[in-house]
Amino acid sequence: MYYRAFMSDLELLGLNSLGIVSIISIFVGAVVTIQTAFNLDDPLVPDYYIAIATRESIILEFSPTIISLILAGKVGSNIASTLGSMRVSEQIDALEVMGVNPASYLIAPKITALVFFNPILIMLSMFLGMIGGYLASVGGVMSTEDFMYGLTVDFNAYHITYALIKTFVFAFLIVSISAYFGFYVKGGAIEVGVNATKAVVSSSVAIIVSNYILTQLLLV
Amino acid sequence: MIEVNDIHKSFGDHEVLKGIDATFYKGQTNLIIGQSGSGKTVFLKSLVGLHDIDSGDIVYNGRALGSLNNKERKSLRTEMGMVFQGNALFDSLTIEENVTFALNMFSDMSLSEKRDRANFCLERVNLPNVAKKFPSELSGGMQKRVAIARAISMNPKYLFCDEPNSGLDPKTAIVIDKLLQEITEEFGMTTVINTHDMNSVIEIGAYIIFIKEGKKAWQGTGDDILNTDSPEIVDFVYSSELFKKIRGEH
Repeated sequence: MYYRAFMSDLELLGLNSLGIVSIISIFVGAVVTIQTAFNLDDPLVPDYYIAIATRESIILEFSPTIISLILAGKVGSNIASTLGSMRVSEQIDALEVMGVNPASYLIAPKITALVFFNPILIMLSMFLGMIGGYLASVGGVMSTEDFMYGLTVDFNAYHITYALIKTFVFAFLIVSISAYFGFYVKGGAIEVGVNATKAVVSSSVAIIVSNYILTQLLLV
Repeated sequence: MIEVNDIHKSFGDHEVLKGIDATFYKGQTNLIIGQSGSGKTVFLKSLVGLHDIDSGDIVYNGRALGSLNNKERKSLRTEMGMVFQGNALFDSLTIEENVTFALNMFSDMSLSEKRDRANFCLERVNLPNVAKKFPSELSGGMQKRVAIARAISMNPKYLFCDEPNSGLDPKTAIVIDKLLQEITEEFGMTTVINTHDMNSVIEIGAYIIFIKEGKKAWQGTGDDILNTDSPEIVDFVYSSELFKKIRGEH
């Protein structure tokens, strides 16, 4: 039953986010490239610096943090409203009467699923963000050769490690905070909505604050 | 048998249960009646351990609920089935999955044995051919019967029902009442039903307690209730013109 719950949550929280993550990553990657090119329009700055700036923006901040914030909205509201609805419709009480630990049955698979799948989503987002940047270069912002060269030059693999550490932490925060707000709903449909909003706001704030703390600890 | 000794329960400063005693016997339908807000649901949820009581004892065949450790409490809960007011069916699962849920969690049965058990329970509540449907595809009365089938799937010793007739038409309500009475006698369960449906009280009330403002104000049988002179019960039961007429004919 727990395996089945895990697989179901993997699909609901992870696989179903592939579309939105892909679309956002490609377009943001392209826009970052265009804006960087616009700001670095100087004959003394080589064009491949645009690709370096794009790569670092995507790996360090856009994919792990911004995508996690988007997931906090999508996945966090889903978790809080699902658990909240189960609470007000007494489904959680039904589990408890059966002798099932509701927290371990309902929340643990969600945490496991997102902590497992969020890094995959973020890696995909990094890749697609750079594809977006490449497409912008094909559109004439800069030469594709300069873009490809910039993507690989002075690459620091530790930045990927840093991004993935953030990703694990953000995934845990999104699910645990949202689950808390959903699991302890008291009242009816209105309170479910209110708590879903609180879940999104709180997990977003937690991501932003922990992003600062992790950056301070891991990069400085 | 379930013995309830002087239980108290408060939420903040508001005391909801003010010392209730009762004994619910095996093989009979025990009813808890009372006005909305009288504490019936808190009492029922305290019986199954969803609310921790402040003082008093709830004893299941010699096992005091409050003194059980987590493992013993979990074991006791596998002997309980509960039908919730809003059915509380898992809406993302099929009817068969709902009925076999506890079996999947706690039994060593094979897949085919679990399916057979689910079919038996569904047929027992007169619901064949719905196993692959989802709860949202069924009517309120059918959902209630699925909730009963789920509650009896583990062959419980204790069955609790919170307002099993709420939201049902009178005819379906009688079907549900009769079903609960039949399975209680058939499986020898201790059944406790929370209701304010007077048809249920008269039809299936083997033992009834009346709760008023968190206290037990009366107890008796379905026959007693028609003849009692207790002012509280007369005021509650004969609040409608129809029941006043029935009392007059009696």
